[in-house]
Amino acid sequence: MAIGELVPGVAAGRLSPDKYAENFSDLHAPLDAHEALVAADRCYFCYDAPCVTACPTDIDIPLFIRQIATGTADAAGITIFSQNILGGMCARVCPTETLCEETCVREVAEGKPVQIGQLQRFATDHLMAQNAHPFNRAADTGRRVAVVGAGPAGLACAHRLAMHGHRVVVYDGNAKAGGLNEYGIASYKTVDSFAEREVSWLLEIGGITIESDKKLGGDLNLAELTDRFDAVFLAIGLAGVNALGASGQGKAGVRDAVDFIAELRQAESYAQVSIGRDVVVIGGGMTAVDAAVQAKLLGALNVTLVYRRSRERMNASRFEQDLAAAKGVRIITNAAPVEISGNAAVESISFEYMDDDLTPMGEIFTLRADQVLTAIGQTLGATDLPSLTRGRIAVSQDGRTSVANVWAGGDCTGLGDDLTVTAVAQGRDAAEDIHRALGA
Amino acid sequence: MANLQSDFIGIKSPNPFWLASAPPTDKEYNVRRAFEAGWGGVVWKTLGLDPHIVNVNGPRYGAIWGADRRLLGLNNIELITDRPLEINLQEIKSVKRDYPDRAMVVSLMVPCEEDPWKFILGKVEDTGADGVELNFGCPHGMSERGMGSAVGQVPEYIEMVTRWVKSHTRMPVIVKLTPNIADIRGPAAAAHAGGADAVSLINTINSITSVNLDHFAPEPMIGDKGAHGGYCGPAVKPIALNMVAEISRTPELQGLPISGIGGVTTWRDAAEFITLGAGNVQVCTAAMTYGFKIVQEMISGLSQYMDEKSFTSVDQLIGRAVPNISDWQHLNLNYVAKAKINQDLCIQCGRCYAACEDTSHQAIAMSDQRVFTVKDDECVACNLCVNVCPVEACITLEPMAEGTVDPRTGKVVDPTYANWTTHPNNPASLTAAE
Repeated sequence: MAIGELVPGVAAGRLSPDKYAENFSDLHAPLDAHEALVAADRCYFCYDAPCVTACPTDIDIPLFIRQIATGTADAAGITIFSQNILGGMCARVCPTETLCEETCVREVAEGKPVQIGQLQRFATDHLMAQNAHPFNRAADTGRRVAVVGAGPAGLACAHRLAMHGHRVVVYDGNAKAGGLNEYGIASYKTVDSFAEREVSWLLEIGGITIESDKKLGGDLNLAELTDRFDAVFLAIGLAGVNALGASGQGKAGVRDAVDFIAELRQAESYAQVSIGRDVVVIGGGMTAVDAAVQAKLLGALNVTLVYRRSRERMNASRFEQDLAAAKGVRIITNAAPVEISGNAAVESISFEYMDDDLTPMGEIFTLRADQVLTAIGQTLGATDLPSLTRGRIAVSQDGRTSVANVWAGGDCTGLGDDLTVTAVAQGRDAAEDIHRALGA
Repeated sequence: MANLQSDFIGIKSPNPFWLASAPPTDKEYNVRRAFEAGWGGVVWKTLGLDPHIVNVNGPRYGAIWGADRRLLGLNNIELITDRPLEINLQEIKSVKRDYPDRAMVVSLMVPCEEDPWKFILGKVEDTGADGVELNFGCPHGMSERGMGSAVGQVPEYIEMVTRWVKSHTRMPVIVKLTPNIADIRGPAAAAHAGGADAVSLINTINSITSVNLDHFAPEPMIGDKGAHGGYCGPAVKPIALNMVAEISRTPELQGLPISGIGGVTTWRDAAEFITLGAGNVQVCTAAMTYGFKIVQEMISGLSQYMDEKSFTSVDQLIGRAVPNISDWQHLNLNYVAKAKINQDLCIQCGRCYAACEDTSHQAIAMSDQRVFTVKDDECVACNLCVNVCPVEACITLEPMAEGTVDPRTGKVVDPTYANWTTHPNNPASLTAAE
């Protein structure tokens, strides 16, 4: 039934159902109770712990690990969720190797940090398995807030506002809530529909209505929202994509990596997702790695990730780079695309070597390609917004925009590192600021 | 490799590591395995009179654990052997015959009357055993019947029974002491007065290791009830070391041989007991945790240590630390030290800071870059930072040189020795008024 990896062109159903299941299983199997105790025992309960400082949401990591170690994983879950309501997803997708675990004193001392991400997953999974939302909503304040975008920033903001008793309507342009958690993260990082389950669990706080398929600039406009609501929080993410800047990018087989990942995430079965035999991914961030690895897992024979600068400059962490290499992705650095060739469909793509200052070196090479996935950065791609700075919505630390009663957070602002966890932090902090403003 | 040959009150063994009277020495099968593994001797699990006692049919042990479930303390409610006397005696004879070079000591516990002691001693002598150990220590079960620690807590009984035993046997007699008393010197002196050839200590400590918070009962639970047990393992070592030291440094007890027991887990623990005056050591919990093979590490470790220190026999190590055991009142109050943090080893966890700042003398500074340094003008050299630091040898206590000024007190470090007995703040100062 499987057509195999050698068939040229872009094709679906390359692998057997078993192989797909194996390839897309949990990247890191969750810790069992014993493993969690052993891992928790390694935490030194540092004073003013560096891991907490490194966490964008300031989760009290030594405390939750001690709670796990003393047999109270649900209390640990509450410690995590009270800072980061998407702590379950963050436990799966955070680049812990560049955040909490990088600064863990045991990483410094032994090169082997406490498994903070895995322990966070243990605690959050444990609490979520109780099927009871751990927080209560305050008495209804009668205040109404519109949140535009149901990604991590929007959901975190909505939840915190709901906790404070405000009524929240969350608008999202997609059919499902979750944003990049639902559409944009590699499948093997969030197995068993975790993103969807997490949203349902989060909404149990009450007071939040989700209205899907509604976009700013489409069904919604900012002026109308500010009229109808006491406050507005914009968490619209980055809907646009950067152009490749190489000729021939209109050819069949060239597509945006974000769309590819979204298709994969929403597919009913992996066998339905078409993938090339010779896939070239262009970019150096998490999206590029997620696309390249998943192309390989879908049965592409050759996957090459090409980045225009050096390995050190890649936004994807070293762990992600190594993951890609381990899965068989070839990484080429210091090369920028020049021309995509082929008749109707892409057949090859040529690159020119560049030095670290992006000065072309005058040497060109060509890769065979029947599919090209571009992941070279996203743009705001929306209008009718408050003032921008460097292409993103300009905000204060509390998320206030240039428009009165309008806050913003997440990737659509230039505040953070475009990580799930920074989006959560901004959503939460904006909610607190909105709450203060509404109480004034 | 150093010679570990041991001669304890005339009982010879190839090394000073014996298995204590306990479950590991209850049967021929176990003891043969122990000797094959290399143990120098055993104290056979306590024999009593028939009809033999019975044990509970539920859990006998409770425990506490450290990181990674490392067993730190074990307690038990097991009684003396629950097998017929004759079977034990036959097995003892059989094993001793096959392992003539190993020490075979038999632990005994019978009621506090002369005839039962006379009866059982005759039986033991017939086995060819090397000696007997009188179990005056078990703190649970048997003590409710007037035996074990019920005897060990009354010095008069200890002396009386020891005297009986000595008069009815030619075998060397070791008296095993209970730690469940206020002052170990009393029972030790009573054993000495009764003619004991040696004392062994400590037996287990009265304990409840945990409480079941669902059923509200001490653990281990027999059905819905629990009883206190006897505590042993690494956690009791400090208590045992002190009791051994108390006996060693008592002038009236000089020359009373000691078999050291209590949490011996490694060669180092054994060496510590020996330096405090023990002639050999007995081990139980470590074997019950890791199996008999651990004796190989004890043998190789003690040998290496002795080679490094140029000791050629274990006897040279016995009691070497005893002259340095002092009372507090004789400690030198002019000795001044300061904690020092090795920045190359520091992993910046800040535990020293939390401990000192929250619970001690606010003598550690923390910079914005998480560099931790000792404030010499506040440090009293309490050692807490050393003890809470997860990195060995990262923080050390460094003595201040004579003649330097202690920035905390502003006083010059005085090279002369001066203790509390002569301190001006001591109302009972021995310094005579001029």
